[in-house]
Amino acid sequence: MTRLQVLKTYKIFIGGQFPRTESGRYYSLKGKDGFDIANVCLSSRKDARNAVVAARKAFGSWSERSAFNRGQIVYRIAEMLEGRRSQFIEELQLMGLNAANAAKEVDATVDRIVFYAGWCDKYQQIVSSVNPVASSHFNFSVAEPTGVVGIVAPEESPLLGLVSLLIPAIAGGNTVVLLASEKYPLSAVTLAEVIHSSDVPGGVVNVLTGTAGELMPPLASHLDVNAMTSAGLSKDMASAMHVQAADNVKRVFNYPAMDWSKASSQGLSMIEDLQEIKTTWHPIENIGGATSSY
Amino acid sequence: MAKKTTKKSNETGWDYAPSLESIGHIDLKESYDLFIDGKWVKPSSGKYFETINPANEKVLAKVAHANEEDVDRAVKAARKAYDTVWSKMPASERAKYIFRIARLMQERARELSVIETLDAGKSIRESRDIDVPLACNHFFYYAGWADKLEYAFPNRDFEPLGVAGQIIPWNFPLLMAAWKIAPALAAGNTVVLKPAETTPLTALKLAEIIELSGLPPGVVNIVTGFGDTGAAIVEHPEVNKVAFTGSTAVGKHIQRAVAGTDKKVTLELGGKSSNIIFEDAPIDQAVEGIINGIFFNQGHVCCAGSRLFVQESVAELVVRKLKQRMDSLYVGDPLDKNTDIGAINSKEQLEVINKYIKIGIEEGAEMYQPNCELPDKGYFCRPTLFSNVAQSNVIAQEEIFGPVLTIQTFRTVDEVIQKANNSPYGLAAGVWTDKGSRIFNLTSKLRAGVVWANTYNKFDPASPFGGYKESGFGREGGLHGLRAYVKLK
Repeated sequence: MTRLQVLKTYKIFIGGQFPRTESGRYYSLKGKDGFDIANVCLSSRKDARNAVVAARKAFGSWSERSAFNRGQIVYRIAEMLEGRRSQFIEELQLMGLNAANAAKEVDATVDRIVFYAGWCDKYQQIVSSVNPVASSHFNFSVAEPTGVVGIVAPEESPLLGLVSLLIPAIAGGNTVVLLASEKYPLSAVTLAEVIHSSDVPGGVVNVLTGTAGELMPPLASHLDVNAMTSAGLSKDMASAMHVQAADNVKRVFNYPAMDWSKASSQGLSMIEDLQEIKTTWHPIENIGGATSSY
Repeated sequence: MAKKTTKKSNETGWDYAPSLESIGHIDLKESYDLFIDGKWVKPSSGKYFETINPANEKVLAKVAHANEEDVDRAVKAARKAYDTVWSKMPASERAKYIFRIARLMQERARELSVIETLDAGKSIRESRDIDVPLACNHFFYYAGWADKLEYAFPNRDFEPLGVAGQIIPWNFPLLMAAWKIAPALAAGNTVVLKPAETTPLTALKLAEIIELSGLPPGVVNIVTGFGDTGAAIVEHPEVNKVAFTGSTAVGKHIQRAVAGTDKKVTLELGGKSSNIIFEDAPIDQAVEGIINGIFFNQGHVCCAGSRLFVQESVAELVVRKLKQRMDSLYVGDPLDKNTDIGAINSKEQLEVINKYIKIGIEEGAEMYQPNCELPDKGYFCRPTLFSNVAQSNVIAQEEIFGPVLTIQTFRTVDEVIQKANNSPYGLAAGVWTDKGSRIFNLTSKLRAGVVWANTYNKFDPASPFGGYKESGFGREGGLHGLRAYVKLK
């Protein structure tokens, strides 16, 4: 007798745990031949709110970790993902990609994570400054993470696209509620499993599956979310997001649809967009040493 | 080995049981060849020298002595690797190699720590908690720069220099290798590195790690030897960059040797750094800072806080507390986790230190040493304090590179700035005060490359390090450390 395969239940990821949607709803994901691949959680507004609570709770300690430590953890995500390379390739193929494109997508994703892992303890050195003010003050400006970020994953590019938005946000010390692509939700959930096993503290990344139409508005209008990012949203959706975001002056970035496999789709600006700049003034005593010109 | 190696003799009579780090898990060969072009090759002279454990004078391994011919082979291998592989590789792939090296080092951190302690005499606590983690982190940090150089040098045309010849000292053997190799590779250069003759082992272990990482042959070459080996690197016409950490005397010699060539040079040399205690400083913390500043790594630290300046009003208190604290320091077996001060790196260095202690006494300064027992074998030196020291005393002017501290007092801010800056060196300084505005006053006026405020001897891969004046030029670490390894057009 042939062995019966054990199938995986795809769940959502909130506060470091994998619950089902509180709503109990699902949508079925069809493969390219029309067969059912999986029942995917159709998350609700309540799930979104729970995810925001988890992200807020995780923000304090994540943002206060040393930049170096964040770098180590982000690099760990790359290591874990590389180790599951074949699983991701299979899953992407299940969702309709051909083998070559699936492999390319996964490899590029690992490299992208490594790219941002390296940024963790470096972007500060590029974006901060010491400011030569005229008075006797030591005046300096540093970047600090914006806070809780809602991310609407690009509908296309099932793994690389969402990683390209997600990783710069957490590399910069933010915490995230990520809405997976409706069309390609499986790799988002499996990525959550990778993140779960990479020393990323619970709540730093939260992943919801469902429809952006239903889940984007509760995030964009949530008063405890500080920023929204997305890429290639429709004009109507992008403008709705902007309007809702204005309630608490969220930072909103709807990047153009892009070819995520290109190097031009990664860069410092993706981190910088989710940073605040803080300037500190400190007095400098001015006594003595005038003739000390050794 | 179970013999009690450290003894306390202060009034409490309290003592710790010895807590020796095991050496059972380390893998040391009897003899090491040169690592050139990805292979272990015998020195053309056939000569080997011994490296010993300065804590018990026992031989640890034999190490190849590279001559001019070997250096030439190494430089040619580095050149070939640069031309054919390393400069052509996408920067993001270069980054991944360096990340790999960092990870492999982390995995072998314990072995590296133990070998470092055996070969250099430094306490296991220091190797384990400071040297080795910092070395790993240095690779980790610079790995990420490899594919971000256009951010480090925005709107500038830049290119790697080519083959970097690197010569490192014996006080932080693995850490200095990391400081040299990591930024060089990240910026796209290839490397010929020579570790110090008394401490070659961790660099050779690093070569094994590099071999394991699959780094293309010739990208990093490690040649062991003495001053003649170093001179051959400096003088080789195909070396494009010389990076040297060591004494000011040798630094000056190198600067002269490269005169008239296009070689780019960075020098990280000696120091006689001031550690300044104001009356409003948190005194107990400051005393810890003074201890750490001068006795860390047996005082074999180029930025050691060897000139202590204490404001007159608290001088008596500080000196009293300092002596009390010195009484509680453990001098002894570096492998013992209780040990604060390990072995002096070599017999030669112990002689240098003892010479200066003698000079200090002859000059009329007042010496204090705790009455601790020293092990019978090996090279050890008690922590030493000199008071009644004048600015003109030899022990207040020259770098001793050992656990010897001089104390002077001051009354005003102006006075201490003058005194602190009155030195040919300018590597580092410490300032202890509760007043933030005073800290920034001193950081602006002290002529030194690093100023520690209410702390001392802190290092981080992200933080540039290097000196003013005769302490050398160029910076290592941080964004600025990259600049030493590129040509900016």
